[in-house]
Amino acid sequence: MARVKLVRIAHARSGDKGDTSNVGLIALRPAFYPVLVEQVTAARVQKHFEGICLGAVERFELPNLGALNFLLHESLDGGGTLSLKTDAQGKTYSAALLRMEIDVPDALLSENPVSS
Amino acid sequence: MIRIANGQGFWGDSLEAPLEQIRRGPIDYLTLDYLAEITMSILQKQFSRDPRTGYARDFVEMIQRGARDIIDRRIRVVANAGGVNPQACASAVLKSGLSVATVSGDNILDRLDDLIARGVELKNLDTGAPLASVRPRVQSANVYFGGAAIAEALATGAQVVVTGRTTDTGLVLGPLMHEFHWKPGEWDKLAAGTIAGHTVECGAQCTGGNCQVEWQTIPNFADIGYPIVEAEPDGTFVITKHAGTGGRITVASIKEQLLYEMGDPREYITPDCIADFTSIQLKQDGDNRVRFTGIRGRPATDMYKVSISYSAGFKAVGALIYSWPDAYAKAQASDRILRERLDRLGLRFDSIRTEFGGVNACHGPLAGEPAPDIAEVIMRVGVRSEDRSVVERFTKEIAPLALNGPPTVTGFGAGRPKVEEIVAYWPALLPKTEAAPVIAVQEA
Repeated sequence: MARVKLVRIAHARSGDKGDTSNVGLIALRPAFYPVLVEQVTAARVQKHFEGICLGAVERFELPNLGALNFLLHESLDGGGTLSLKTDAQGKTYSAALLRMEIDVPDALLSENPVSS
Repeated sequence: MIRIANGQGFWGDSLEAPLEQIRRGPIDYLTLDYLAEITMSILQKQFSRDPRTGYARDFVEMIQRGARDIIDRRIRVVANAGGVNPQACASAVLKSGLSVATVSGDNILDRLDDLIARGVELKNLDTGAPLASVRPRVQSANVYFGGAAIAEALATGAQVVVTGRTTDTGLVLGPLMHEFHWKPGEWDKLAAGTIAGHTVECGAQCTGGNCQVEWQTIPNFADIGYPIVEAEPDGTFVITKHAGTGGRITVASIKEQLLYEMGDPREYITPDCIADFTSIQLKQDGDNRVRFTGIRGRPATDMYKVSISYSAGFKAVGALIYSWPDAYAKAQASDRILRERLDRLGLRFDSIRTEFGGVNACHGPLAGEPAPDIAEVIMRVGVRSEDRSVVERFTKEIAPLALNGPPTVTGFGAGRPKVEEIVAYWPALLPKTEAAPVIAVQEA
């Protein structure tokens, strides 16, 4: 088992709706999707964004895209024009989620190489 | 097969992209999105000062520059550039020799009091508060119409359609409903057109822009191609771009855009239908081509979404930059000094926030401690208040720190920060029986 950052096996894009940020997390290979489903739970994401996301975290599954969608409520200092944050639209929260560390079986990593 | 190009992802996007879409290969339709959630309030203010304004002038300039090719290549153009004055926008377009139809009826600002009096509360979708609580501060109120209204405008035969507030996705769905005679009830097809619209509505953000997968090898960003939908009557489609342009369209770049600004993926609600993003099947279909199949949809709801803007106080943001050595410690000290001075002045804010650029402005506590020899750090402080005068006073406390605070500081060249009026967004729902699109062919 290898402890790796999510950036090793997934990519992401984030955006906003009011004071809620959405982070879409996408497996770089289909084989990684079950790992995301099992380990990147709403509770873990909530803990990861402690001090940033002040509300609840919701998670939705998109198995057809090998992706998860997270809603981070109350995470943008009021959101939109009210927010005093540099990143008032949560555009960089995608990368912030990719900092999370998860456990991936060694064989899964060696059998599904990701370039770069 | 119909080719629908997007040439504008938001008001402020590339001025050249629409012209490149027209000139660098075959397209049938050019769609352009100019209206962000807050744009309407800016246009409403312009309109109240001068009734000849209130629309996106960038669009008219684009039409002037591209008119010859638009006419020669018989391209039809659909844009939500009309803002709060689609007729004035259409009248300006007419001068370039193009026929124009307008979609209006979305502006309900004058009807708010009547609606509230009749018990339509227009509750804030996020907070549940009734609109009456901010009614005196409302600056604009517009219903989002969908693709059906745009299809109706295209049926007039006008080459250009200019709308007020419409959904971004409707700009693509409208031409598809018109060309393929898709009707309410054909929910899977309407959902497919909606998802095609969602994929291209942010312009190059689906063709390699802002894409995290192997971004270093994405070719020729300087000449990035904007997206084109190649749509079939059965609801399947391919996303591609003109040959020879930069960027990269892969299943990965498309997936990123599909998830952008996504809520519940099973319920993407528009005035035309509910689209189910968990039904989408993607396949790479050659270089820079991704094919969509399998899309399912459900009946539309009986409500329109309404975009309301209201005045919500004032804010200002000031910044200074500190250099090595001890850059972070200096920036932190400067923030403490500034706050102490604001306290001594008796200034109270609804919110005050400090971020340190180079350290934590993007990722907050997740970024961890910076390297001890970090080269430079930006101290950025923002304040917000209902009271303009305290925000005004704050803006005068940044520059003095250049001489009377920690050393090796610069970046104050632009002078005092500006006080901004905050125009905030109030999303609400309105029964569909309360509003209807108005279609008109513009007369000279």
